[in-house]
Amino acid sequence: MPYNPALVAPMRAEVTRLGVKELTSAAEVDAALGDQKGSMLVFVNSVCGCAAGNARPALALALKHAVVPQQIVTVFAGQDLEAAARARQYFGEYQPSSPSMALLRDGDVVHFVHRHQIEGRSPQAIASDLTAAFDKFCGAAV
Amino acid sequence: MSGHVFHPGHAELHGITVVVETHGSRTYVGRYDMEDSQGVHLLDVGVHEPKASMSKEEFIRKSAKFGVQSEHKHVIVPADRVARITRLGEVVGS
Repeated sequence: MPYNPALVAPMRAEVTRLGVKELTSAAEVDAALGDQKGSMLVFVNSVCGCAAGNARPALALALKHAVVPQQIVTVFAGQDLEAAARARQYFGEYQPSSPSMALLRDGDVVHFVHRHQIEGRSPQAIASDLTAAFDKFCGAAV
Repeated sequence: MSGHVFHPGHAELHGITVVVETHGSRTYVGRYDMEDSQGVHLLDVGVHEPKASMSKEEFIRKSAKFGVQSEHKHVIVPADRVARITRLGEVVGS
């Protein structure tokens, strides 16, 4: 059951204030991810402080990098249930976890950061892995 | 820190995805919740059985790469069956 929206609002804002587009319905997810071209990061937000408390600051750090995905969107697992479930349908064989991050290129997942790769790690370490993926998959020469 | 933490005061491994190897034939991968008199409580758990098509090592590596394929919402592993608990994030290739 979703948490009180008022409780979750700061966690949404921590991501959307970065300029990340929030997708709250399956239709919005399909519009963004269906026939997706170029590079896109999907940030699966989560209430859980054990991991999401580091994932959101990591995203903020990573988005300061010189190379970033062309599009960055977010869905909120456990809150916007329909949107999160639909987004996961685009992640192929990668199992659902939250928080998590999927980097797509032309509709294919080219890099995935699972919850277990976030847990217990510093935002700086997580961001470093993310920016390495940005350099590899989002550069002009790809 | 700007993170919003909901679970203060829990065990060190609370919320961490772990591999639980047992003295028996089963291996579990799931999110550590707590340990009490019943044993170790795991959430969203994948289980490797010895008769599975892949080896235990392949099961762990696959979980590390593609995530945990949850088969059970909640599993309690009796404490005396637990041989080793490892963070999945520490598995090479994750």
